[in-house]
This record gives sequence, structure tokens and C-alpha cells, in this order.
Amino acid sequence: MSHKIVSSRQLSENVFTAEVEAPLIAAARKPGQFVIISINNEYGERIPLTIADADPARGTIRLIWQRVGKTTSELSALKTGDTIASVAGPLGCPTHIEKFGTVICIGGGIGNAPLLPIAKALKQAGNKVISILGARNKELLILEDEFAKISDELIVTTDDGSYGRKALVTEPLKEVCQRNPRPDQAFVIGPAIMMKFCCEVTKQFNVPTQVSLNTIMVDGTGMCGGCRVEIDGKPKFVCVDGPEFDGHKVNFDLMMKRLNAYKDLEKRAHEQYLHNCKIGLDK
Amino acid sequence: MTEKENLDIEQLAEKHKKGELKASDRYKIPPQEMPAQDGVKRRSNVSEVATGYTETQARLEAMRCLQCKNAPCVEGCPVRIKIKEFTAAIAQGDYKQALAIIKENSLLPAVCGRVCPQEVQCQEKCTVGLKFKDVDKAVSIGRLERFAADLSGGNDSVPAVAAQTGMKVAIIGSGPGGIVAAADARRAGHDVTIFEAFHKPGGVMVYGIPEFRLPKTIVQKEIDVLTKMGVKIVCNFIVGRTMTIEQLMKEDGFDAVYIGVGAGLPSFMGIEGESLVGVYSANEYLTRANLMKAYKFGKGADTPIAVSKKVAVVGGGNVAMDSARMAVRLGAEKVYLIYRRSENEMPARIEEVHHAKEEGIEFHTLQNPKLIIGDENGKVVAVECLKYELGEPDDSGRRRPIAIEGSEFQIPVDTVIIAIGNAANPLIRQTTAGLEFNKWGNIVVDERCKTSLEGVYAGGDIVLGAATVILAMGQGRIAAAAINEYLSNKKKLNSGRMSKEF
Repeated sequence: MSHKIVSSRQLSENVFTAEVEAPLIAAARKPGQFVIISINNEYGERIPLTIADADPARGTIRLIWQRVGKTTSELSALKTGDTIASVAGPLGCPTHIEKFGTVICIGGGIGNAPLLPIAKALKQAGNKVISILGARNKELLILEDEFAKISDELIVTTDDGSYGRKALVTEPLKEVCQRNPRPDQAFVIGPAIMMKFCCEVTKQFNVPTQVSLNTIMVDGTGMCGGCRVEIDGKPKFVCVDGPEFDGHKVNFDLMMKRLNAYKDLEKRAHEQYLHNCKIGLDK
Repeated sequence: MTEKENLDIEQLAEKHKKGELKASDRYKIPPQEMPAQDGVKRRSNVSEVATGYTETQARLEAMRCLQCKNAPCVEGCPVRIKIKEFTAAIAQGDYKQALAIIKENSLLPAVCGRVCPQEVQCQEKCTVGLKFKDVDKAVSIGRLERFAADLSGGNDSVPAVAAQTGMKVAIIGSGPGGIVAAADARRAGHDVTIFEAFHKPGGVMVYGIPEFRLPKTIVQKEIDVLTKMGVKIVCNFIVGRTMTIEQLMKEDGFDAVYIGVGAGLPSFMGIEGESLVGVYSANEYLTRANLMKAYKFGKGADTPIAVSKKVAVVGGGNVAMDSARMAVRLGAEKVYLIYRRSENEMPARIEEVHHAKEEGIEFHTLQNPKLIIGDENGKVVAVECLKYELGEPDDSGRRRPIAIEGSEFQIPVDTVIIAIGNAANPLIRQTTAGLEFNKWGNIVVDERCKTSLEGVYAGGDIVLGAATVILAMGQGRIAAAAINEYLSNKKKLNSGRMSKEF
């Protein structure tokens, strides 16, 4: 069974979104979960993508991804009516949602996509939601309106000051943590380096912090262990033990190294893909 | 084959036919060697290594079988294939009949003939091997099984299916156990659906066992037989996540479920450096290489795999051999197999050990990693090992390996593959209330593979811990028989109720 793209749209230079037919996943998914997709069942690569939203009535899920390599470039080139060969999920443990009190949701770049359903659910559970969204520049900021709708307070930062406050997310995060009373819980999703520094801030203020990790995966069901990370010095599998962990216990440095395991090979494959596109071999 | 040998086989066959082939004649026939691809050539291809018996070889080998009255070999076979009957048919040149006899008990002879550990099953009990005091000289039952299966050349008959019962059976996992359970339940006329988490069916036979040992076309042929029988196969469906077992039964109306999900959670050693870049579980390494075709990366396939020069594989089982031999084919210059006991205790099939050595894999026995060393980028640069000696036998009956203090030494490597087995995957446990598990996370079943939940059966690695293809098949068969009985009782009960209501 392949999965039809019902609608698709470019959100920023390298960020894309698509609504994809996947009725069973739409019905089953909960905030915090993800899917693994493959464009080609014979030779394709399996990559994990977060589920930004779902419409069980329409039987669709909304995927958001960043164009970084060959597979995400191919995915970005698909149009409404095209199909994705494999969409498996929902995978991972759902986010633990409860009424914590005041919750800060910090999103960086593409991390806003998986953060949105979590923030929504936290709001529905009666929390006061303070959202901090960061991007390198205005062009790369996504889902601001959606966050505005469900946040009691929204702070936007850009690295270059082209929009919102010129700062890294850690700056307003520190200020919010200094408030009295201090926030009860933080959720951080974004690039590994950003999660690492956010966790350093929240740790100073003893604010419990959940992070959602997006590591390299193959099967997504615990079978391969390629996604393993070190939590409190012990190996854990992101696909079955996560994707969410206590951010204060994650070995981010090791995780970042593992994320780069295939960097050279991926770069080569992407360059080859771009080259083939230019000379028209690919379509 | 020389003319003289040709003559011999005709004479032998004539004698065999008349029942005049004596034990002494049979003992004189030399054990037939399995033809194989050249050891050097095959290092750079993924084609099957063992190329299979010729007809003459098969008939000669089959005539080595003494046709023992008590057939001790059958006791060694988890699915009780009628071995002497099928070897007799091969000796007579009636290969079709041979295959039909095998198929009475085994659904996947082309697979089992290749991957079963015969030397600790049927062939271990073989009288011929006992007579020569050498299991290598036993009748090569596995090779004969493979010969009979391969010769059918895809003209496999599709098993007959009984009239529709209106009952629905869900099979979770499309590995060897699931395939057998699906076929047997379908034969009884039930509506059978297999749910597979990956994008391709076949389980360990497609993601784990490499092409050079089990060509994927063979697995696909078996899957095709299922489809022809009317079994539905749904891929990319993760039971427990996409839908739970409870939902399948309550919302989708499945009357019975067979759980054959495999073990599926790779074990690591718990030593320093195991999460460095370049350290793989054998599951990951083999899945990338086999299912995802990483050997074609950059030439069509999109899944990358480490480009390794020096590889250490830790473990002594078939999976360790598969990983080491795959690393050779992916271009590694040196592959070391590190195993903490001696070669005698290795659980791998003799043939795999033999092939691995032929392919230049260096065996480091009585050694085990203590830690893995990385550089500033987190990449593996060496593995530090300890030397071991053997002490008293442990619970497994094998002599316990004991580390020799102060014997540390380093082997420079860029890749480490850990092949020390699997623990139980937690997915079903996390999502199925009321299902009983033991302390290792394996599903608890009775002798008929029934679990603590009504209508739910389980078998293979998720029950046994670590099993083999043939053991999983055996359980699939037992479970299907129990499911068929359960459903026929349920049907009777239902129709009884119906007649009361109307």
C-alpha cells in the first residue's frame, strides 16, 4: 500500500510540508510520535520524520521535513497526487502529557514541527504554555501562527535579528527560568546543539526538561539499535525507549558525533543526485 | 565426472533399486563435497557461495543413507521430515517424489536445506556419521534437501486450501514461523493476514541472512506461494503501534493471532565505547547490507554503510559469521572474528566457519573486547581485548571462559560489529495488556504455543529467546494446529449459539 500526497507546500527555502494519506497512523498517532518513510521500496533509504499533525477524519497525517540530503530532496520534489512507497508508524512512545502548571516549549528550526502537537496537548491539559521559537533568520521560521494560537506567551528569536528578538533561544529561556515562580516543566526540540545548550540552562534552574531526539534509524522498532544514545551513561534506543528523554541525562556530544556517521557518504549521494537532476537523468 | 564413476552410479542405482545395496557398499561411497564458488572470487560478490549438488552427487550421497529401520535422524529434525524416504527417492532419481515427501513436514525446504544447523540436528544422529565417528561424514541430509527443493525450479505446487471458514487469523511477523503458521491456517480455510513491520516480507530471511547464503529470490518464491494461496500480506504495519492486538481482535474481527515477531532487540556488551561511530549491532550491519542493499550504495541504493578497512566482529554464531563475511564483501581488507571461547564451543554451523576461514577471516578465539577506543571525532580506532582461558563447564555445558588478568592488548580497527545475540523486543509487551511474559521479556506459552490471552498464540525467538529458522518453523506449525483446533471449536460453539437464538 503506497501513500498518496493530498497536498504539499514549501514552508521556507529548505522546509517542506505535505499532507499524506495514512488512515491507520492518523487514527493511532499521539503527540511525540514519528513515522519512518521510504520513497522506493527496492533501493530507497528509510528515514524517520516527525508527525506534525493528523486528521483522523480525513485519514491523513502532516509531515514536515528539511531538505538536507538525497532522500529529503526527492521527497521535496514530489507533488500533490504523487505517492510515497512506505510510511510506517506511528513509532516511539507518546509524550507524557499532564497538568504540570507552567510549561516552556522551546523549538528550534524544524523542531517546531514535532513540538507543535506536544504544545497543543499541553495546552489542552490545562497548562500555561510559554513558547520560545528560534530560527537562523525570518525566512526559516515555521509554524509561528500555529504556536501563537495555543501559547499563553510567544517569544520569537532569530540569530540575525531579521525577525523577533535578535538572540539565541537560550537567552529568553534563561529569563523565563528566572521568573518567580519558575516554570514547572520544559520541552525542547531542535538541532542537537540547541537542545544541549537549552538543557544546560534549565539544569541550572532545576527545571525538568524533556527533549525529543531524531537520530539515524533503519527499522524504527528496536531491531537494529542504530539509533542508540547514551542516557545517564547507559545505551538507550531512541525508537523504542524514546524519542523523548530527560534532557539533563542525554550525552549530546556523542549523539552529535553519531549523527555525522555517514556525513561524507550522504554528501556524495546528494551531490550525485543534484548532478543527475541537472543533466536530467533523474526524471 | 569420469566414465568409470558414471558406470559406478548406474550399477549402484541398479543395486539400490533391487534392494541389494548393502551397508558395506554404502559405506564405500565417499561423502560428496558441496561445490562452492572460489574462495577468492567470492570475496568480491554477493552471489551464493555453495552452488549445490549435481545430480550425480546427489544420488551418490543419497545412496550413502543406510535406510535405518529406526531412522534416528528424524528425531534430530524439529519438524520430523521423513528423511530416509526422501533420500531413497533421490537415490532412485525420483526428485519430485523426494520433494513431495519433504513438503509433508516442511514448507521451506530450499531455505532449511541451506540454513539449518544439520550437524547438531538430523546429521548428528546419522548412523553413518556415528560409524565413521565424524559428523562431517554423516549423510548430508541438508544438501540433499536443498537439491530436491532447487530442482523443482519454481514449479512449486500451491497447497490446496479448504473451503472458507469465515474465521480470521492475524499473523504478526513474516519470518519463517509466521510463514508456516500462515500457510497452515490458510490450508484450513481461514482468512489469513500477515502483518510485517518492514517494507518487505521474509523477516530474518531477508534482513538478516545474507544473499550469499540464502538468495532472496528463494525467499520471495515462498512468499509468492502464500499469496497464491490467498494469504494477505500487509507491510509497514507495526502491531502494537499501528494497531494493537486488542484492536485487531475487537475492531477488525480477527478470531486468532499468532505472534512471531522474532527477538529483535540487539544485545550489546555493556563496555565503554560501544556507542562510538563505527560500532554496529550485527542486526543493523546486516539489515543495511541485505535488506537495504547498502552494497550498492552510490550505484542505485540510498542506504549507506561504513566503508571499512579493518573490522572486528564479536561473537561466534552464524550471525557473527554472516557479518564477517559481509564485511569482506563490502571491501574490508582485514576482518577479525573475536570469540571468547575456543572454536570447539562456537555455535555457528561448521560450514559457515569453514567458509569464513576460506574467505580470509582471521579467527581470534579465547579473546574478548574490554573496551572500544575512539578518536576525537568519536570514530572507532581500536578495540582493546583480554585473553581468556577455559574453566569448568557452565550452565550451557560449554567450558566457561575466564579472563586472564593483565592480558590486555589492542587491535587497530575502524569498525566493530557486535553479534552476541538478541534480547526480547519490548513493543508487544508495552502495548498488550494481559499477555504474560517471563523475566527476560519472552512471551510465556504452553506446549501448544498458547499464550495467556484467549485466541493468542506465539512462537519463535520471542518465545524461545534465540532460535533457528527451523525451530521457529516448528513452532509456527504447532501454533497453527492449535489455532485451527481453537477456531473449529469456536465455530461449533457459535453455530450452536446461533441455532439456539433462531
